[in-house]
Amino acid sequence: MNAYIKAISYHLPQNQLDNAALAALFPEWGVEKIAQKIGIDTRHIAAADEFASDMAIAAAQKLFAEHSVSPARIDFILYCTQSPDYFLPTTACIIQNKLGIPVKAGALDFNLGCSGYIYGLALAKGLVAAGIAKNILLLTSETYSKFIHPGDKGNRTIFGDAATATLISTDGFAAIGEFELGTDGEGATNLMVKQGAIRYPDKNADSVNDDYGNEQSPGHLYMDGPEIFAFTSKAVPRLVADTLAKNNVDKAGIDLFIFHQANRYMLEHLRKKIDISAEKFFTYMANVGNTVSSSIPIALYEALKEKPAGPEAKWLLAGFGVGYSWGATVITF
Amino acid sequence: MNVEQFIRRFAEQFDETPTHDFTVDTRFKENDEWSSMTALSLIAMVDESYSVRLTGDDIRQSSTIKDIYDIVSAKIPNQQA
Repeated sequence: MNAYIKAISYHLPQNQLDNAALAALFPEWGVEKIAQKIGIDTRHIAAADEFASDMAIAAAQKLFAEHSVSPARIDFILYCTQSPDYFLPTTACIIQNKLGIPVKAGALDFNLGCSGYIYGLALAKGLVAAGIAKNILLLTSETYSKFIHPGDKGNRTIFGDAATATLISTDGFAAIGEFELGTDGEGATNLMVKQGAIRYPDKNADSVNDDYGNEQSPGHLYMDGPEIFAFTSKAVPRLVADTLAKNNVDKAGIDLFIFHQANRYMLEHLRKKIDISAEKFFTYMANVGNTVSSSIPIALYEALKEKPAGPEAKWLLAGFGVGYSWGATVITF
Repeated sequence: MNVEQFIRRFAEQFDETPTHDFTVDTRFKENDEWSSMTALSLIAMVDESYSVRLTGDDIRQSSTIKDIYDIVSAKIPNQQA
């Protein structure tokens, strides 16, 4: 049984942090210049009482309304987040109840970041192929803003909060192709929130400045940007080549490439390195920032609006980041 | 690998500081323009120009342009001096 993407919707929190607001917070820092390089004008930030599950529910409700999908048809929930409401229970169980999805549905959380959407598609395809489920609600939702130190100007410039909902089914507008996935835990400490879980439960309030003057602490999000950049520069070209081979298609046979929307600078570097023409390379981050696991489905939604795919069109989707973890697939219209 | 060319390429990552301000002995982290963004663009330049993977640690351990130059030189396979 083939698995298809049938519908996508997304939700952004109302509060915004634009470049002018960042410039006011960090007057000595050239926000405008940096923001221009990374291609981000504004980011949406969850309110103090707004959590990832609330946003995921809003995204799912939007999907139900926008695409006339009944929650009664959902038979599996896959929820991708690194911002769970609780250690337990599983947030997907809470979401099932709040969305009125039948109690006969399966539900699970999985913890991945920028590669999460690709893994979600892979899991959903597996469930369909094995005959376990027919209408899978794949949700991604992240509130990195709650992990970032208020004085960490770099990460506050990059990350935005968002949630997405995708329906994967036995029919739909694009067939999900073959996957190339990968993992390298050696990079675990380069993108990390070290404290606050089980190994280091106590959050140390002392903050320090990193090599580039960003205020951070082990209880907040730490990202070694240059190291992550070096990793993607090495891993993503190979990921794309292997994904093309696995799907028996060459680069020219791909009509659109949609990567995890890390930041424009990084994507431009990858685009040139892999030698993809600008017309075939879709980006959407100016209005949302880097939304982690939601960045690919948001870009996919916007690409579908902007560049309707012709019959048999092939789009390559690739995610990479925290873990390190990466994955890619080809969808065929 | 030509050291003068390397310094010029290094200097191009700084938008405002004039190229002639940079020498092998320049302590680039003391430049006001130095940021994680400049570090990123340095990694990109080394990748594009020399096909070498400079890491965040390499940059962390370096102070002068010469330090970076030596690391890049050592990573180039079959390099010509």
